[in-house]
Amino acid sequence: MEAQREPIIEFRKVVKSFGPRTILDGVDLSIYEGEVTTLIGLSGTGKSVTLKHIIGMLKPDAGQILYQGKAIDQMDKNEWNTYIGKISYMFQNNALFDSMTVFENVAMPLKYTTKLSKKQIAEKVMARIEQTELTEVADKYPSEISGGMQKRTALARALVTDPQIVLFDEPTTGQDPIRKNAILGMVAQYQKRLGFTALLISHEIPDVFFISNRILGLYDKKIVFQGSPEALAHFDHPFHDQIVSSIEGLQEELTGLYSKRHFKVRYQTDLAKRNPDDTYAAAVFKLKDMDDVSAALGHDAAQQIIRTLGTYIKKHFGAVGGFSSRQTINEFGTILPYSNVVEAEGILSDFIHDFREKGMRELVDVSVADEASEDTYEIVIEAGLAQGKPQIEIESVMEFARFNQKPIATFLCGVSGGSTR
Amino acid sequence: MAEPQSAPSAESSDAHVRPVPIRFFDAFGGKALRLNNSLGAFAIFFFRAFILIFRPKQIAEIVQQIYFIGARSAQIVMLVAFFTGMVLGLQLYFVLVKFGSVGVLGTAISLTLIREMGPVLTAIMVTARAGSAMTAEIGIQRISEQIDALQTMRIDPLGFLVSPRIAAAVVSFPILTAFFDLVGIIGAWVSGCLLLGVNSGTYFARVISSPDFSDIMGGFYKSIVFGLLIVTTCCFQGFFTHMRTDSYGAKSVSLSTTSAVVISCVMVLISDYVVTSFII
Repeated sequence: MEAQREPIIEFRKVVKSFGPRTILDGVDLSIYEGEVTTLIGLSGTGKSVTLKHIIGMLKPDAGQILYQGKAIDQMDKNEWNTYIGKISYMFQNNALFDSMTVFENVAMPLKYTTKLSKKQIAEKVMARIEQTELTEVADKYPSEISGGMQKRTALARALVTDPQIVLFDEPTTGQDPIRKNAILGMVAQYQKRLGFTALLISHEIPDVFFISNRILGLYDKKIVFQGSPEALAHFDHPFHDQIVSSIEGLQEELTGLYSKRHFKVRYQTDLAKRNPDDTYAAAVFKLKDMDDVSAALGHDAAQQIIRTLGTYIKKHFGAVGGFSSRQTINEFGTILPYSNVVEAEGILSDFIHDFREKGMRELVDVSVADEASEDTYEIVIEAGLAQGKPQIEIESVMEFARFNQKPIATFLCGVSGGSTR
Repeated sequence: MAEPQSAPSAESSDAHVRPVPIRFFDAFGGKALRLNNSLGAFAIFFFRAFILIFRPKQIAEIVQQIYFIGARSAQIVMLVAFFTGMVLGLQLYFVLVKFGSVGVLGTAISLTLIREMGPVLTAIMVTARAGSAMTAEIGIQRISEQIDALQTMRIDPLGFLVSPRIAAAVVSFPILTAFFDLVGIIGAWVSGCLLLGVNSGTYFARVISSPDFSDIMGGFYKSIVFGLLIVTTCCFQGFFTHMRTDSYGAKSVSLSTTSAVVISCVMVLISDYVVTSFII
């Protein structure tokens, strides 16, 4: 399928050396329009170098880089300016101008590279500042705001020109788990809303898999893997063992639940030994319309809800031998190997009661703390159960559970507090 | 059992084999080539930045730099000028009194300050105050990738960071020099006339009549040349701080700042001789 599509950016046999040290040695890669592509690899293996070639900050010693089929080193000045004007770059350390306020930093690319009036610039900048939840710190200097806010300022600056391609150089470095996921969620949300092509460098495995359409694996100076996150799980190569497995923890940092890979391993080891006629229960939990929740309450609040949900799932279903994993950015899957559906319904009932009474109360702080949410907003948690057998594929069982999903908890929240239903 | 001895590397054995004159010329030639490259890079850096002064949206940046280089340096320049004038008045009085020529104190003071000391000392003071700050600021922007960020935003770093400073130097240096000359003459009047008793009327009559238009313009030409050299040197050192091979990070900024100040001062004195030899 990829062979039929024309990549928006393509590397052909790119070689780059610094002195005697070769960093990229015949790199071939393709980036497709409108997708989120993540470049993974160990530190110091040339990921940032790869990104800097795209924006022209570095030139290859050999090989070619193509934009929509045209070699960028053969572009004339106008073509080059048009090309480079379509790309934004978000630096690993943000690269904010410390003598300028947040507003001035975000306004910079518009002020110096467009003919927009001051009023038009201010409107565009304020729109991005509001989207990235920086309104209150617009007049502050980077040194006066938190690391997370600095990251969002850099993101706002990267997006203010409405670029076609955005390059993110380790956007989540140095952030706490909630903030990391909030930034990744922000990237995914803006990518969907604005439709740009995103290329990320990230070590946040498996979190980054939730938002990526494609993964590029840089290993031993070459791209050894190009494909979907699902395909990477079946990639039999030292890259997978040495890089993916070493970076991917047993537990996901945000929720404390199993990573998807370990979830599958546990499923296979626990259920393979069982009698084929035995049954087990599977449950799927989902935070409905997460993008809308993020837009209404903020990305941090949305990630806090995901974390709270994960904590309560672990508390109730882990206690009866169940194991869970985050399946997508807003969905959890749970296997109860020693319970049938009837027993699972009982456990789910207890979970719903506890989550409504206590879990949702924790969300009051989240919703009240965010002053951007002036109106009331509904957070809906859905859940579905299904019965499985050891010989049935886990994906099929999960699909049944999804089919049975219905709202189990609704939470009305706003600046004045919240209420559960 | 004895360890086998490692063979000397080809490079080191070659160094031993080469005769001394060859090694001398090798080292000398290498340094000459590096100097040549640096001078070429410096010239290209200056001309590119100079041309970019005339692009749109520079006025606000230039005014800001005139304030930083000019207005903010005025106090220290005038303080130094006052005491320089006082010392000159003192020294020249005791020389001239031996020849019974204290009447020409105003001539000696005005010509010394306007032709030489005004432009040179102003340049050195601005190097110490504004030049070092320029190098440090641009150096930090370089190591924190702010200059790379400008490139990714299609903003020419030379036009954004260097051109306004060059334009500001052309405006600020002659004005600061004029202030230096004026305050220096007043300083010499304080020590020569008020403290040592030279007639004030004679002093000021000589100050007004001695320098001609070419002396005043010569001082201004010098100050413009010094301004261009200092700003370009300081910005150049900061801009390429990441290319230093002797240090990295904050240390490289510190060494670049030191180099900028030293090179600027040396260049001021060398160019002073060159410019003077042309205008005399």
